[in-house]
Amino acid sequence: MIDKLDQVFVLLTHWVVGFLPAFLQPIAVVAIAVAAILVTFPALFAICVLLERKGLGRMQNRLGPNRVGPFGIFQPVADGIKSLTKEDLVPLSADAAVHFLAPVFLVVVVFMGYAVLPVGRNMTLVNMDAGLLFYFAMGASTELSVFMAGWSSRNKYSLLGAMRAVAQMISYEVPLLMSSVAVVMITGSLSLNRIVEAQNQYTWGLPHWYIFTPWGFAGFVMFATAATAETNRSPFDLPEGESELVAGYFTEYSGFKFAEFFLGEYVGMLSISGLGATLFLGGWSAPLAVLGWVPSWIWFFSKVMLSMCVFIWLRGTLPRLRQDQLMNFAWKFVLPFTMLNLFVAAAWRFMGDGWLRWVVCSVVLTIAYVVMGRVGMRRKHFGPRSYRYAE
Amino acid sequence: MLGEGILKGLAETARNFAGSFVSAERLTTVEYPEQRIAPIEATRDFPFLVYDGTDPEAGLRCVACQICEKECPPKCIYIVKSTDKKPDYVGKLQIYPARFDIDISVCMSCQICVEVCPFEAIKMDTAFELATTDRFGGLLYDKKELSKSNEHYHAIHPTEAAEVDARLAEEKAKVEAKAKAAAAAAAAKAAAPAAATPVAKPAVPAVAAAALAVKPAEGETKP
Repeated sequence: MIDKLDQVFVLLTHWVVGFLPAFLQPIAVVAIAVAAILVTFPALFAICVLLERKGLGRMQNRLGPNRVGPFGIFQPVADGIKSLTKEDLVPLSADAAVHFLAPVFLVVVVFMGYAVLPVGRNMTLVNMDAGLLFYFAMGASTELSVFMAGWSSRNKYSLLGAMRAVAQMISYEVPLLMSSVAVVMITGSLSLNRIVEAQNQYTWGLPHWYIFTPWGFAGFVMFATAATAETNRSPFDLPEGESELVAGYFTEYSGFKFAEFFLGEYVGMLSISGLGATLFLGGWSAPLAVLGWVPSWIWFFSKVMLSMCVFIWLRGTLPRLRQDQLMNFAWKFVLPFTMLNLFVAAAWRFMGDGWLRWVVCSVVLTIAYVVMGRVGMRRKHFGPRSYRYAE
Repeated sequence: MLGEGILKGLAETARNFAGSFVSAERLTTVEYPEQRIAPIEATRDFPFLVYDGTDPEAGLRCVACQICEKECPPKCIYIVKSTDKKPDYVGKLQIYPARFDIDISVCMSCQICVEVCPFEAIKMDTAFELATTDRFGGLLYDKKELSKSNEHYHAIHPTEAAEVDARLAEEKAKVEAKAKAAAAAAAAKAAAPAAATPVAKPAVPAVAAAALAVKPAEGETKP
């Protein structure tokens, strides 16, 4: 019974597919899985938007939206209808084709990432050997869409936002990869399914999640930082800083295209949360051995939603960084630290079992964190600014 | 250590988040259409015309002097003077506004009209739910819409209205006292010749009286 519940979606798919002729069945399985992804994650997006608006409100001692439906739960529906019925404006001087393609491309690419995410036991759309590589390839493509949007709008705010976005996303792409490489080194596989399987083991009822190892914890913190920057979330939301750039690269988008960017951003956040959960938080595995009876997909989605809540919490707390602070942080702190983490992970791998590797790895990482935090991120004292204008 | 401030900040927002569910005084939001807070006494938005008594036509304090119309910076007041006169609060005959329009879509709530009015006739209202479906006619208030009773003024700005009433009462008393004095003087004068003539008559020769009578054009001579 419990196994049935765990595999309910898989069994449902097979049951539906059973009605079709044999040559259609492989295609139908994929189509159903794709449809499920295309329904589930936008629905989660709606929930996240509501959570974000309510949660941010509470953090600022406001009530948040509470007019549409009981406690405002239909607010996302109202937002959706609003953005669908708004006029879709394209600037006269914009490159119409690219301007149209940018949001479509973003949404497509963001959804492609879900192809390799293990949403539950046996619930991966494509069980790719190089799943992680595929995911990062897709994740890096969002930069192109952002730049397409910024460039084709022919608006200086859009372009500035796009330039910032590209600079930021490329800078943080490196530590994002580096922190995941440690996981790949330990697991010995790029397949996300294998990575989850490796973490789905228990000692004394406690899971073997990578976050519970020194290198895994450090890697997770760096991964989370880089993921926040990668998805243009506060405090790294410079590309769309309202106070400076109107809305950044999607300034010239209105109506449903704007909603598509919005959707792309949130679905991207959900997807990178899913990847973070897969790499460091054990994916769909239960946090305690005794909780193994709860369906695996519930664990995956609770981990994703928990990370979304952390994203919202961070947004409610931290002010936006300056561009130079952002770059300094990426290149002088996050990147060296993830590099060091690779060596620590290697040491962990080759030191064998025992308490010694725990002590060595923790001490090295702690010292590095403190020293690099003190030296690299030392507060700089800026003098009066001088400006040079182009002649 | 790096990240200490972030953790402190996160703790602070978490405290706010949890606190907003627990303590009611954290949530300062007034859910407006259902909940309302009484406006403070100094609230003002658009001007209205004050009338005394119950009849807005008869009791209107405005005498159509047009000072407010001239002083209004965005020129949102339009006044047409009447051709006839009617008595004001002290009983003096005054012209009155045949038309008095204020376009509140133009009005900037500067209160200059109130400050320049010598007759305490125009004051600032506190009504703010003035939305209308007709943005031209609906926001152009005529005399009927602008006229509000002194009681209304007392209700929205009690302190100010009491001062104004005291000042007007004082003025009225002064005018009445003057009128009474004038009446008394007139009565005294009227009584005086009656009393004085029998005494004076024999003293003044008939020729002198006749001379006085023939030159009234000088004007200065009192009868």
